[in-house]
Amino acid sequence: MVIPMQLSADGGAVITAVRDAEYTAEVTGGAIGSFSLTDVSVAYGRDRVIEGVTMDVPAHAVTALIGPSGCGKSTLLRCLNRMNDELGNVHVGGRITLDGQDIMGKAMDPVELRMRVGQVFQRPNPFPMSIFDNVAYGPRTQGIRSRTELSDLVEATLRSSALWDEVKNSLKKHAFELSGGQQQRLCIARALATRPEVILMDEPASALDPISTQQIEDTIAALKSSVTIVIVTHNMQQAARISDKTAFMLRESLEAPAFLVEMGDTKRMFTNPEDTRTESYITGRFG
Amino acid sequence: MSGTARIRQARAAEFVARMVLGAMAASVVAVALFVLGYIVFHGIGAIDWTFLTQIPKDRGREGGIFPVIVGTVYTTLGTAALTLPIGILAGVYLSEYAPRNYTTRAIRLAITNMAGVPSIVYGLFGLAAFVLAAGFGRSILAAALTLTCMTLPVVITATEEALRQVPQDLRQASLALGATRLRTIYRVVLPAAAPGIITGSILGLARAAGETAPILFTGAVFQMRRTPDGPLSQFMALPYHIYAQVTSVPGWNPTLVWGTALVLVAGISAASIAAGIWRSAQRRKVTW
Repeated sequence: MVIPMQLSADGGAVITAVRDAEYTAEVTGGAIGSFSLTDVSVAYGRDRVIEGVTMDVPAHAVTALIGPSGCGKSTLLRCLNRMNDELGNVHVGGRITLDGQDIMGKAMDPVELRMRVGQVFQRPNPFPMSIFDNVAYGPRTQGIRSRTELSDLVEATLRSSALWDEVKNSLKKHAFELSGGQQQRLCIARALATRPEVILMDEPASALDPISTQQIEDTIAALKSSVTIVIVTHNMQQAARISDKTAFMLRESLEAPAFLVEMGDTKRMFTNPEDTRTESYITGRFG
Repeated sequence: MSGTARIRQARAAEFVARMVLGAMAASVVAVALFVLGYIVFHGIGAIDWTFLTQIPKDRGREGGIFPVIVGTVYTTLGTAALTLPIGILAGVYLSEYAPRNYTTRAIRLAITNMAGVPSIVYGLFGLAAFVLAAGFGRSILAAALTLTCMTLPVVITATEEALRQVPQDLRQASLALGATRLRTIYRVVLPAAAPGIITGSILGLARAAGETAPILFTGAVFQMRRTPDGPLSQFMALPYHIYAQVTSVPGWNPTLVWGTALVLVAGISAASIAAGIWRSAQRRKVTW
């Protein structure tokens, strides 16, 4: 495949060019943004919290991680963009690949990984700056300085996160003036602006009202054609509504680490689970 | 006791508590107003153009305090130039980078202890270290270095405190976008913490501007004909001028001394008020 190189004074345009090439690859069938986890374990100090997770996260689909509180869903999610590195004293074992490339080894720089794997957090966390600057933060970090390029990116990503029509005339407004739901859609736009292959979402609607939740879910549905989404959720109806694959995790006692009970097509998981514990959980008998 | 009586009694207790607490709070305001009022009442008569722009005459019994003001401004600016970079960067290190180990704990302990050292001890240390050992002589530089030692813990603590107020969520958001830790700090964390850092720094510097003991041995002089001409020059200073007048000038002029005090207090208040206004303007923009 030929990667089109744009001649440009700054490095940013080159990054964009490479991304465009990847997006082209995706249109021509070589879908990108798939994870493969093999025997992944996580320990906080000596406390083993997750063990033996093996699963494949398909590209351009929504994968939901469900399970009771404290079952390690969010911890597992943070393995995918190496955010656990920032917590200190966290050891991740096993093997995780993104499009076949090992992301845990020394060869992968977490900074580069996080440009390819964005994250949306539980509570909306816009930066204390304007709406425009929030979305442009990632691209600027990548070295993009051109005002037109930034404006185009900001508009495109705000459209993708269904916020554009509400803010197009007030991009200079402080992000804190937006409502909670709008802030979360801003955070989605901000994560999209680095043109990631994957977006990780850690209970993105749990702090929002039902209407805002609905909007976030619509946004997720619209996004999955262009980006892989892995979402942690407490809300099983939500998992059933929006995901293609569901993974059910469980930590049966504080002495034993959490593990993956089963993973499969969402429809099958919710109608005909293989494991009785999955059935108990989704029918609301515990959790 | 019937229910109504109990409610009536509770209401009375509530009323008494409110009065007592309110009186205590009001008494603080009263003391502040009294001190300020006293200084203004006795000093305002001295304030005129001559006082602010002329050199002292007759050992300070007459004339103005221009070189005294200039000396305090120079030492305070010198202290700011030394304290702010060191203090803010040290605060950033402690809040954002320092591992939780014995070295970090030792640094924190050192800072706490630095804050507890009496200012006269700093003066003595400054004399030994900066005036004599380092060879700066009695000078603005030696005094500013001494005041820096005294002010650093305030600025470091204020910086660390302000950085701690910045939600962890924001750091995570920046890191998750592929920003390095350094970029996260200067693009997100420091701007968000700036109001707190600046307010704390100004309060620390205001205290340094009003100190006598640290400059006593390190460079402040009783009388100079000229304003200081460089960092190695000696200087006059507002707090020391007040001290020297009262202790060594027979027949000192109370109006001029109160006037000097008024200039010092007004300068410090102006800086604090400016910091307060700026901070509340920032707060309207930034709320968590």
